[in-house]
Amino acid sequence: MDVQAIAFYLLATMMIVCALAVVMARNPVHSVLFLIAAFFSAAGLFVLLGAEFLAMLLVIVYVGAVAVLFLFVVMMLDVDFSALKEGFARYLPLGGLVAGVAAVEMVIVAVAIGAHGAASKNAAPVASVAGVSNAETIGRVLYTNYVYYFQAAGLVLLVAMIGAIVLTLRHKPGVRRQSIADQVARTPATGMRVVQIKSGEGLAP
Amino acid sequence: MIGLAHYLTVAAILFTIGVFGIFVNRKNVIVILMSIELILLAVNINLVAFSAYLHDITGQIFAMIVLTVAAAEAAVGLAILVTFFRNRGDIAVDDASMMKG
Repeated sequence: MDVQAIAFYLLATMMIVCALAVVMARNPVHSVLFLIAAFFSAAGLFVLLGAEFLAMLLVIVYVGAVAVLFLFVVMMLDVDFSALKEGFARYLPLGGLVAGVAAVEMVIVAVAIGAHGAASKNAAPVASVAGVSNAETIGRVLYTNYVYYFQAAGLVLLVAMIGAIVLTLRHKPGVRRQSIADQVARTPATGMRVVQIKSGEGLAP
Repeated sequence: MIGLAHYLTVAAILFTIGVFGIFVNRKNVIVILMSIELILLAVNINLVAFSAYLHDITGQIFAMIVLTVAAAEAAVGLAILVTFFRNRGDIAVDDASMMKG
């Protein structure tokens, strides 16, 4: 067995074990940590396929952003997670049966496609144009043929960002905030008071 | 030799683990969101594997789009979860039907 096969089986096994741990773990914090491990293994699989750029993207986006977001939320919410675990054993046999049947079906299809599909005559994975790095290959088409999809992805992120802010923004009552409009609209007439004081009397409040 | 079928098999198993996670953790919405992430990761593995074995870069572009949508979905999902927790003091989703008309 060559090194590539050993790496594949190692990464695939680790990813599947970590994914199972994500759905079976009692503590959601452990789930998030196993999710990070699963994504790392998937990034390794991408490297094996030659898609280095997507592998690094997976590490940055998922491990750096999404998993940290999950960790923040899990730790911020003070929830009794043991109560949420009830019903787990009840759904386990049926869920396992359905998942097992679906997995067997998809594996059969996968084996058939691998043996007879359009890709069966290409033995080795090639993720880039010959002599050019994977990132450059992606860059050449991403900003030319797929530039509208690229912009649409940016729009999706913008809408998601605005949505998340709108959903979670909360104005606490009793907090004095800066009002730029009021500050700009201020004139000497509204902003100050001129008091004439007679000499020797002082200013009585 | 590691072929396309190997990667498709791994992705299929990962996908079913995600579906299984939604099945058995139907009260815990955080684990449901993580299961959706697993499902989208399985889809990404399929796309990248096909892209590599068909010698066509388009699959990787599409995987990037899926990655973007997954990140946006996680952000909005968790924001909804935080709002839900503020209103209810709990995140059990079996009584999330309170907004039913």
